[in-house]
Amino acid sequence: MATIGKDTTILGYRRENGRVGVRNHVIILPLDDLSNAAAEAVAHNIKGTLAIPHPYGRLQFGADLDLHFRTLIGTGCNPNVAAVVVIGIEEGWTQKVVDGIKATGKPVCGFGIELHGDHDTIMRASKAAREYVQWASEKQRERCALSELWVSTKCGESDTTSGCGSNPSVGNAFDKLHPLGNYLCFGETTEITGGEHIVAARCANDAVRERFMFMFDRYQQVIDRHKTSDLSDSQPTKGNIAGGLTTIEEKALGNIQKIGKKCTVDGVIDKAEMPTHPGLWFMDSSSAAAEMVTLCAASGYVVHFFPTGQGNVIGNPILPVIKICANPRTVRTMSEHIDVDVTGLLQREMTLDQAGDKLLECMLRTANGRLTAAEALGHREFVLTRLYESA
Amino acid sequence: MIHFVLHDAKDSVAVVVVEGVKAGMELSGWIMDDDKATHVTAKQDIPIGHKVALRDMAVGDTVIKYGIDMGKVVAPIHAGEHAHVHNIKTKRW
Repeated sequence: MATIGKDTTILGYRRENGRVGVRNHVIILPLDDLSNAAAEAVAHNIKGTLAIPHPYGRLQFGADLDLHFRTLIGTGCNPNVAAVVVIGIEEGWTQKVVDGIKATGKPVCGFGIELHGDHDTIMRASKAAREYVQWASEKQRERCALSELWVSTKCGESDTTSGCGSNPSVGNAFDKLHPLGNYLCFGETTEITGGEHIVAARCANDAVRERFMFMFDRYQQVIDRHKTSDLSDSQPTKGNIAGGLTTIEEKALGNIQKIGKKCTVDGVIDKAEMPTHPGLWFMDSSSAAAEMVTLCAASGYVVHFFPTGQGNVIGNPILPVIKICANPRTVRTMSEHIDVDVTGLLQREMTLDQAGDKLLECMLRTANGRLTAAEALGHREFVLTRLYESA
Repeated sequence: MIHFVLHDAKDSVAVVVVEGVKAGMELSGWIMDDDKATHVTAKQDIPIGHKVALRDMAVGDTVIKYGIDMGKVVAPIHAGEHAHVHNIKTKRW
């Protein structure tokens, strides 16, 4: 029997706007670097809340500032988040983030530090956080259609076993989710280099194809503008090369195994934008693991497939990251990081179909509440993508 | 025991999927797309995850993996040798 079908359900949290989440976080979200201390103090005071510190938010401008707001607002809007307390150095931009999150209907409030200081801000924010976390702790999981689960993917510390094993397993799972009407996402624009013609050929129509090639060419221009070599020290990474990957083309051909053999690329979004209809979306994004996963969470995805070869240990504060690996040495030496072992695939002890099902089974358990390895280990990497230097 | 896998029968390199491949070993391979067997004799030690060349290649040749161009040969490679950054480079950037 197939692992999933149109009648498959998950136990999720139905949010005010109808979206389904699989975690129930109350987050303390700093607008800027200066507000990290207060946010962390609040999370320390109020048990069960989670601060998400980061180093940016001052003197950004233009498209880079827009992306900053889009990422923070998207993080707060994510259905894995029940309620949000925003803290910023001043009230104007703080309120902008609050207003953006408020559109979902979930509880959110903001506090500016200026004219109050950290003590008073921490006290007021702690009172709000305490109310939110007690309210959220009474939320119950309910049966939701599997098709309501938004699933993203990005691979990391890839090696050649990623392209033969763990990435095709994700592709197989995506091929099975796509017909059900799930929202799916992949990206990593630089790591398409050498396989862009394959992604272009998979685009559902000319408009999507044009938009994809626009995003691809735009990133190539960034590289051409800033490169000092053929990038052979960065792409593939030192870890990739140690794992046996030789060129960006080889890495890309392995990378795009994640979009399976059947599903079409149905839309293209810019970084941290929210997709507007079901299907597989390409998001223009860096290939740096924490940046990309942070963007997926900000776009509204609630479960993430992360294939690894050499053993990337990444997690995310609000998005459960499921690690899948086909490299027997990595599974042996780093077992605490691996959720799904598909090493059998490369010894012909397991078919690709079985590997995809094993991942889907782990996805269902994760959606129903089982903590991923990264969650249990406390990996909460939250990394904002910057487009250029601050003013 | 499968020592190496390749995706497409046209591939000129394949991935070693076991630890401990030493020079002189007879290696069994699996062509994944066709579900067929193949073999090559290792001429060098090759770490897990690294590639073994399946045929002789000259400087300037295109290296094929997944049935697709994955870069160019920059130093001569013989079948059974370790194929990596010392003899293959990107054509991009």
